[in-house]
Amino acid sequence: MSEHEYTPKSKAGKWFNDRLPLLTLGAHLTDYPTPKNLNYWWTFGGILTFCLITQIVTGIVLAMHYVAHADLAFASVEHIMRDVNYGWLIRYIHSNGASMFFLAVYIHIFRSLFYGSYKSPREVIWIIGLLIYLLMMAAAFMGYVLPWGQMSFWGATVITNLFSAIPLVGDSITTWLWGAYSVDNPTLNRFFSLHYLIPFLILGLVVLHIWALHVPGNNNPVGIDIKKPSKDTVPFHPYITIKDAFALLVFMIIFAGFVFFTPNVLGHSDNYIPANPLVTPAHIVPEWYLLPFYAILRSVPDKLGGVILMFSAIFILFVLPWLDTSKVRSAVFRPIYRQFFWILVIDVLMLGYVGAMPAEGIYLVLARVGTIYYFLHFIVVMPVVGYLEKTDPIPMSISEPVLTGVAEPSIARKVNDKI
Amino acid sequence: MIKSSLRFVFLTFLLYISFKPLNSAEMVDPIKVNWSFKGLTGTFDRASLQRGFQVYKEVCASCHSMQYLSYRNLGEPGGPEFSEQEVKAIAASFEIEDGPDSQGEMFTRPGRPSDKFKSPYPNVQAATAANGGAYPPDMSVLVKARKGGANYIYSVLVGYEDPPPGVDLDDGVYYNKFMVGNKIKMPNNLMDGLVEYADGTKSTVDQMAKDVTTFLAWAAEPELEERHKTGVKVIIYLVLLTILVYLSMKKIWSRVDTEV
Repeated sequence: MSEHEYTPKSKAGKWFNDRLPLLTLGAHLTDYPTPKNLNYWWTFGGILTFCLITQIVTGIVLAMHYVAHADLAFASVEHIMRDVNYGWLIRYIHSNGASMFFLAVYIHIFRSLFYGSYKSPREVIWIIGLLIYLLMMAAAFMGYVLPWGQMSFWGATVITNLFSAIPLVGDSITTWLWGAYSVDNPTLNRFFSLHYLIPFLILGLVVLHIWALHVPGNNNPVGIDIKKPSKDTVPFHPYITIKDAFALLVFMIIFAGFVFFTPNVLGHSDNYIPANPLVTPAHIVPEWYLLPFYAILRSVPDKLGGVILMFSAIFILFVLPWLDTSKVRSAVFRPIYRQFFWILVIDVLMLGYVGAMPAEGIYLVLARVGTIYYFLHFIVVMPVVGYLEKTDPIPMSISEPVLTGVAEPSIARKVNDKI
Repeated sequence: MIKSSLRFVFLTFLLYISFKPLNSAEMVDPIKVNWSFKGLTGTFDRASLQRGFQVYKEVCASCHSMQYLSYRNLGEPGGPEFSEQEVKAIAASFEIEDGPDSQGEMFTRPGRPSDKFKSPYPNVQAATAANGGAYPPDMSVLVKARKGGANYIYSVLVGYEDPPPGVDLDDGVYYNKFMVGNKIKMPNNLMDGLVEYADGTKSTVDQMAKDVTTFLAWAAEPELEERHKTGVKVIIYLVLLTILVYLSMKKIWSRVDTEV
């Protein structure tokens, strides 16, 4: 991993390091050469690690007071809110933390899309990242079920019912998932168990994600391969750590704004009504971060078709490195793709918006158009644009055009303006 | 470019969450009240909370439970803040079922501050049966459980009207301007002068509706005042720390020829 061999100074350190090279790992993480031109979109990796740790720590405390039983879950959440010392704070950090986690992960994913970070040689980082994202969605969905409010219950009913669309064995699978003949106490219990398990799976995948990142090193806004270490890189500590800390603090201010001043704005008021299998809410909506997929699901008149399309919307991302035919990584130098990137962003936001609306009239039309465009972007736009597009000239290194302007001063200026 | 796209993403996010709430078109927007507990530093009006508790106790409590509250909550900081003696007296005015005793018998005793609010009915079914098939919802978190929150609860309390021509109402169903679907099974229980406020405030329908809504808002979010106070401190702390870290970052990066 490390470019140069690290030897601990103390005798004890050397003794230990010869047996378990933890100090070498620490030295590698400190020295890790990082491109010096990373912008603030690159700070979300650190922010996401913070989010994961926050969710795990608050979650462990919540689990000490929560009761996973259909008759007691709602009351135990109220017990946390009212009687547990700072229970309200811990729960609001946890519930808003899920939203902040997704906000950060979406920025992180779109950052990768814009700068081509998923491309060779970083495909494995990208795929592990998508697996983390999938697990995050599963964890968030199950976590939302735990308070056992109306949206918990009916959200669980809608999502688990999706599996009944599978031909022949669908109903059996759904019953198996429920552990009963409807969403009931066994469902709540297993969701709690899995909700506790998944974050640790994510943690393991995060380690692999970072490990895979440290093999080729970071991509950067210019998207070119750089020599490491060189004039183009800075050691991770203190340069990147202090920058990540600054970005994290800004993020935490927004986070705290939600937790302390509008803790319920991202949730649904119906979830403060205890679950009632006999009363269906007027509109069953998932949490905001799942809405684009909900819109895709509902845009298809056929249930099985909708389910297939919804899962395809995620799984298509796994083959993205091979759908993108462009040799150039960063969209900074891809004038055509750049336009399509922003159209995709708008498309996904629009899908999220119509996902919150009733599936009828103009919303259904928009959902269909948005869904078709979503898939067109990956299946048609990416391969074709990558093939046809005339990209802008790319600088030789990060420092050179910017510093000396030898190669082509106009490029240097242009690059500086854009980044 | 980065600054503008940052702004773009943040604004879209705000826009996005502001669009999220949705509901059927028939609902009239609730009346906006300038509650004292609104805003970043909002606190509850202590006197209003105490009056609101009186309205709850004398009017609402005959049908609505508040099972997640305890009598001791009435004396806790950030709430109505009744004195210890008052809380004890309030609790003792209720007969609470306890037991089983050493003989295996259930018995009743005067309430203690640690007891939960006594429910008017033994269970949901009994409450539903006694109220024409409509369960009077538990009011512990009612303000959080309704879109529109305190404004909505207040609006429904003052929103009773004669039905417009052409609207037929069944027995035991009432017309309410702000209720979803305009039909409500709770009769209009508030009338001017219904309760006699201990502090001499005139008990108009509007006053009682505001007081009891304030009480319910506190009941749903008893941590609100502490949350606001802590929040201000946390944000100030974070902003100061952010400035310090920003300056450190500038200093450290001044060794490199790159802007941060």
